[in-house]
Amino acid sequence: MPLAKQRKLQKVSREKMMSRLVLTGAVAFAAAGFLALPSQVEAKTLRWSSQGDIATMDPYAHTESFTSNMQHHIYDPLVRRNKELQIEPALATSWTIEAPDRWRFKLRQGVKFHDGRPFTADDVVASVARLLDPAARARGNLSNVKEAVKVDDFTVDFVLNGPYPLLLNDLSGIFIMSKGWLEANNALKPGNTTTGVTTFASTNANGTGPFVLETYQPDNRTVMNVNPNWWDKPVHNITRIEFRPIKSDATRVAALLSGEIDMMAPAPLQDLARIGGADGFKVVEEPSLRLIFLGLNHRAELQAEPGKPNPMKDKRVRQALWHAIDLDTIHRRVMRAKSRNVGTMVAPPIPGYSAALDQPLPFNVDTAKKLLTEAGYPNGFKTKLNCSNDRYIADEQTCVAIAAMWTRAGITVDLKTESRATYFPLVDKGETDVYILGWATLPPMDSYSVASALLHTKSGALGGNNPNGLSDPRLDDLTKKAAVELDEPKRRAFLTEALKITRDEAYFIPLHQQPVAWAMKKNIEVPVFADEYVRLWFATVN
Amino acid sequence: MTKGVITATRLGALRRAMPPAYVTMAGLVAGALLLAALFAPQIAPTNPLDLRSFNLADSEIPPFWVEGGDARFLLGTDNQGRDMLSAILYGARVSIMIGGGAVFLAAAIGVSLGLLAGYLGGRIDAVIMRIGDIILSFPTILLALLVAGLARAVTPEAANPRYVPFVLIGAIAIHEWVQYARTVRAATMVEGAREYVKAARVIGLPSARIMFRHILPNVMSPVLVIATINLAQAVLTEATLSFLGVGMPPTYPSLGTLIRIGNEFVFSGIWWIALFPALALVILVLAVNVIGDWLRDRFNPKLRSRG
Repeated sequence: MPLAKQRKLQKVSREKMMSRLVLTGAVAFAAAGFLALPSQVEAKTLRWSSQGDIATMDPYAHTESFTSNMQHHIYDPLVRRNKELQIEPALATSWTIEAPDRWRFKLRQGVKFHDGRPFTADDVVASVARLLDPAARARGNLSNVKEAVKVDDFTVDFVLNGPYPLLLNDLSGIFIMSKGWLEANNALKPGNTTTGVTTFASTNANGTGPFVLETYQPDNRTVMNVNPNWWDKPVHNITRIEFRPIKSDATRVAALLSGEIDMMAPAPLQDLARIGGADGFKVVEEPSLRLIFLGLNHRAELQAEPGKPNPMKDKRVRQALWHAIDLDTIHRRVMRAKSRNVGTMVAPPIPGYSAALDQPLPFNVDTAKKLLTEAGYPNGFKTKLNCSNDRYIADEQTCVAIAAMWTRAGITVDLKTESRATYFPLVDKGETDVYILGWATLPPMDSYSVASALLHTKSGALGGNNPNGLSDPRLDDLTKKAAVELDEPKRRAFLTEALKITRDEAYFIPLHQQPVAWAMKKNIEVPVFADEYVRLWFATVN
Repeated sequence: MTKGVITATRLGALRRAMPPAYVTMAGLVAGALLLAALFAPQIAPTNPLDLRSFNLADSEIPPFWVEGGDARFLLGTDNQGRDMLSAILYGARVSIMIGGGAVFLAAAIGVSLGLLAGYLGGRIDAVIMRIGDIILSFPTILLALLVAGLARAVTPEAANPRYVPFVLIGAIAIHEWVQYARTVRAATMVEGAREYVKAARVIGLPSARIMFRHILPNVMSPVLVIATINLAQAVLTEATLSFLGVGMPPTYPSLGTLIRIGNEFVFSGIWWIALFPALALVILVLAVNVIGDWLRDRFNPKLRSRG
C-alpha cells in the first residue's frame, strides 16, 4: 500500500512538473516573442544630450524654453508651430473671434491622453485655471487671458482682458494637461521652480503628445517612448528618445564621437571644426532668435553694497558699464566669430525689431571712466555679477571676460557662476546686481514678450522676469497699448518705441545673438530652428 | 687591512644614510616646486587672480616654441588670456596649501585620537577605532564629495572662494585621520608598556602629560612618514574634487581646476591648457611619493636590517 501511494505521489508530482515545464516554456516563448517585437517594427532610438537638464516636468512651474522644449514632446498645445514656425492647429482644430475679448476654439475629437483618458473641453478649462493661478511661475505666459469657459464638450471660449493680437502665439506654448489626472494625483495647484513648490506633475507627465514619458530622473536621464495612439500622423520614425544632460563640453563631445549619444544640442563652439571633420558626423548651424544680455539691479541698493545708494540708478553708470565691454573681442575669442553683436533686445526676424536700434554702445574704457566720474564714481564701485555656467553658449567664459573688462574700467566685480538649477531661482528672487539672461521671445516670437515679461513693472501677470525693480511708466504704458492694439504697424511702433527707451536708458546691456549649433551622426535628420527648439517629431533616423 | 675594513663600514654607513640618487632628485624637484609655489607672487610673470592682468585678446596663444606662440607667455595662455605659467604657479600654491592643510588637520586629529585610544584603551579605544573603521569603509573621494556637497547644502557660503579651501581641507582630512590614529594607537600601546612610561605613571604625572610629553615624541617618526605619503594623496584628492567641480572655483584655480578648464578644450586642439597643469600635478605627486616611499623604507626595521 505505502508503495502504491508513493508511486501515485510520484506520478502526480511528475505531472505537475510536466505542466510546470510547459508553462515555463510558454512564458519563455512569450517573452522571446515580446522581445522580438520591437525589432520587427524596427526600433529607432535617438539618444541625445544637452549641457543641462530641464527644470521640472510641470509645464506651468517655469519659464525656461529648454524645459518647454522637452515637455513639447509629451504635451500638445492648442495650436503649434509647423516646420516653418508658422502657427497651425493642434489640439484645437479651428477658432473664431466672437467678440474682441472672446475667442471660440473648436477642439479635436477622439484625442486620448497617454493614460487613456479622453481629451475634452474640461481639460482645457482646468489647464488654463491651473496656469492662471497666481502661484504658477508661468502665469505671465498667458497674461491677457481672464479665463477659459466651456461651451460644450469640444468647444471652449477664451475670455480676454481686452482685444489682444497675440493670443495664438501665446497658446502655442501652453500645454494642455488632463483634468482627471491632475485631480487623481492631487496636482490641480501648479508647481513653481522659484518658490520650490512641487507636485506630482513635477516629476510625472501625462499629455497627448507624440511621446510618452517613461522615466524622468532629474540631472540623470529622461526616457520617452513613441505614442502609438497619437492623434497626428507622425512624420518622424523614432520609437524611443533617451536624453542625458552632460555638463562638460569635452565629455559631451567624447560621448558623441564614441557613439554613446547620437546627437547634441547645443554643440560647444570650440569643437565644431573637430566634430564636422570627424567621419560620420555633421554640424548644423543657424542664427538663433536668442539674444544674450545683462540685466541690472534697479532697486535702491546694490546687493554688493547694502546701505549705500545704488550707482546703477544713474543712467551714466549703466552706459559706462556698456561702454566698458569689448564686444568685438568676446565675439572673436569667446564666441569664435559665430555670434552677432547686438544693441537691442530682439533678433531681426521678430516683429518690433528696428535695425536703427541694433547698435551696441562703442567699446571705450575712457568714455566709461569719464561717465563714471561724471556720475560721482571716479573710483568705480562694487557690484555682483552672477552667471549660469550651463545654460547659454559659453556663458561662463563670457562673464569672466566681462568681469575682467569692468575691472579694467575701475569697477570691482564679485563674479559667481553656477548651474542653472540654482542660478535661475536666485535671479527670480532678485538676489543679484548684474546677471546674464538670454531671451528668445518664446513662445509668442514677438517683441511683446520682452515688453510684458522684462520691461513692464513687476505686477500681477506682467513683469514676471523683471525681478530687480525696473519701473518706467513710459514702458508700462507702451506695453499696455501694444497688448490691445490690433493695427499691426501701430502695435509694432509701440514695441519699437519701448525698445528704443530701453536702449536710450541702458536699462539692459545687450551682448550678442547666439548661434544654434547642433552636432549629430550623419544618419540623423533634424530640422534646426531659430528658436533653438529640438523638435524630434520632425526627426528621422536612417 | 683593518683600516680598509673600517673604511668599507664607514662607506656602507654613509651609503645607508645618504638617499639614493633618484630620491635626491625627487627631493630637489619637490623642493623646487614647493619654493616656486611659495614664492609664486614674486616669480610668476603675472598675477592670474588679478582680472586686470590678462586680456581676452591674448586668449589661446600656444606655448612659445609652437608656431603662433608668444615669448610673453612661455607655456601659452588659457581661454581667457591668462598666462599658463603664472596660473600653474598660483594653482600649485593653492593645491599644496590645501593638501598641506588637510595633512596637518588629519595628523592632528589622528595623532590625538590614536594616543587616547592606545593609552586609555577600553571603551574609548573601541569607540574611536570603530568610527575609524566605518570611515575607512567609504572611498576617500566619495566621502570628500559628500562632505563638500553637504557643506554647500547647509550654507551657500561654502561655495564662496574664501571658504572653499577650508571646506576642502575638512573634506579630505575627515578620511585621512584614521591612518594616523591606527599607527599611533599601535605605537602607543607598545610604548605604554615601557619602563619610562610606568615610571612617569608611578610618580603621579597626569595622563595628558604622559601622552603628549613622554609617548608622543617616541611615536612621531611613523607619523612623519605617513604625512609625506599622505601629502601626495591629499593633493590628488583636492585635484579630483576640483576637477569634478566641487573644489576651487575658476576665479581662484588650483591645479585640479586648471585641468578641468583645460579639459573642455582637449578636443579642439588647444592642448596646453590641460597638459601643463596636469604635468605639474604629476611631477609634484611623483616627487613627494618617491620621498615618502624612501622614508617609509628607511623607518621600516625589517627592510633596514637587510640594507
